[in-house]
Amino acid sequence: MRNPLSKKIVEIKPSGIRKFFDIVTEMNDPEVISLGVGEPDFDTPWHIREEGIYSLEKGRTFYTSNAGLMELRKEINNYLTRKCQVSYDPAHEIILTVGGSEAIDIALRAMLDPGDEVLIPQPSYVSYEPCTILADGVPVIINLKEENDFRLTKEEVLEALTEKTKVLILPFPNNPTGSVLRKKDLEEIAQVCIEHDIFVISDEIYSELTYGEAKHVTIASIPGMRERTILINGFSKAFAMTGWRLGYACGPGNIIQQMTKIHQFAIMCAPTSSQYAAVEALKHGDQDVEMMRQSYDQRRRFLIKTFRDMGLHCFEPFGAFYIFPSIKNLGMTSDEFAAELLKEEKVAVVPGTAFGDCGEGFLRISYAYSLEELKEATGRIARFVERRKKLL
Amino acid sequence: MKEKILSVIEKNSRISIEDLAVLLGEPVEAVAQAVMEMEHDKVICGYHTIINWDKVETQKVNALIEVRVTPQRNLGFDKIAERIYNFPEVESIYLMSGGFDFVIFLEGKTLQEVAEFVSSKLSTLESVLSTATHFVLKKYKDHGTIIAEQPKKERMLITP
Repeated sequence: MRNPLSKKIVEIKPSGIRKFFDIVTEMNDPEVISLGVGEPDFDTPWHIREEGIYSLEKGRTFYTSNAGLMELRKEINNYLTRKCQVSYDPAHEIILTVGGSEAIDIALRAMLDPGDEVLIPQPSYVSYEPCTILADGVPVIINLKEENDFRLTKEEVLEALTEKTKVLILPFPNNPTGSVLRKKDLEEIAQVCIEHDIFVISDEIYSELTYGEAKHVTIASIPGMRERTILINGFSKAFAMTGWRLGYACGPGNIIQQMTKIHQFAIMCAPTSSQYAAVEALKHGDQDVEMMRQSYDQRRRFLIKTFRDMGLHCFEPFGAFYIFPSIKNLGMTSDEFAAELLKEEKVAVVPGTAFGDCGEGFLRISYAYSLEELKEATGRIARFVERRKKLL
Repeated sequence: MKEKILSVIEKNSRISIEDLAVLLGEPVEAVAQAVMEMEHDKVICGYHTIINWDKVETQKVNALIEVRVTPQRNLGFDKIAERIYNFPEVESIYLMSGGFDFVIFLEGKTLQEVAEFVSSKLSTLESVLSTATHFVLKKYKDHGTIIAEQPKKERMLITP
């Protein structure tokens, strides 16, 4: 029999997260506390869930148009205008997708020809590199540096540029580092993109979760960038709606049209009841978002202090719900730390290397947990770190 | 800062001042001072515990009583309320708009005890015109906390 598999697919490395997930799942130990989850610990606010239930009761169980409910697209435009000062034509420039991850996939597929290079800053979410390969593009990794608080700089983009560069992925606020880009950073990067005619896929799924005075800024709002940016966002993180699988992409009509074509053939449309629930989320969800944001902010402060008290270097992240402490002074790799911590203290954390090679020496710690859980888990981690320090 | 403190301790009054300070990113002394002031000014009126008595052998009976009264000249409702709220059985009493004047939440050991209170103490007050007593059959949610059994969360242990 011939090999049934595609060489391209087989050569894609499985996600580093998956490997660790399998180890934790196999242990099947109720005492394991995990700080490894990349989704909110809050339930979807009840008024949003209730709207989803209502849509089912009303028999709204049919397909929507390929791009999604017009009412929802209009609400997305209102929301982005209100929060980010960018507007999109609901008829041609917005598409609802099955989570932000589908939007990443179809944006790359719509924009890349074989051999086109895609700049991917790492550490970052696990799907950019494989999705680029699936779209026959060539991933070019930019290794972000801790000394820059894991921000992407103009110089780093310039250094990675070639004639073939077509797309820059902008994953901020960042999973796993929690790093954010400020308006000034974005203006500098925008200038490079305009000068070198590069398009941007801006993954802003954590846009609502920023802390401190400065709010999230989208690169699409910088003059000259709207026409070369695909803005990706969704409902998972801001409204605690991960399981509803609903995201969206906004951008120039010609790109969104081609993305809609792929979406039409592969997916048809995003889940209908999720779309009705999302309308409610955008119309009446601001207070819930703010309540959750404040709660994350409190835990963020608690975790930064706790890890610094352990003697681990931990830069202050201003976005998402992760901290990214360094374990470089303990003389072990991220993988070793995570595996031994799990074995000895039954705490699961994700090694930084799951998000790119330059994540070596770091851990991703999620604070999408209650304070009680965080206290118990960090108590165990502190014990572990103390023991390791004595071995040095 | 005071409102931020209140929003945290409203949900968790047992949190230590030190933890509270870390969560809010404020100095410990300032937080301690603010809490003390609010206790003194009766912004914070007490620290109570939400107990599901159904899970304990001690039986409790809760009732809600609607009360209609004749307000007294110059004193309005406050004086009558005082006569009522000083009874230790009275958990809460609110002045209401609508078809009756006061609503009283009462806690007693037995049905008889509650009935006894209504017939001999409450109804006999001069200003009380009428009462209507409703017994609580089951509590689902109390003080913003859901008491009914909740299904365990099914979040996976590791996700990207």
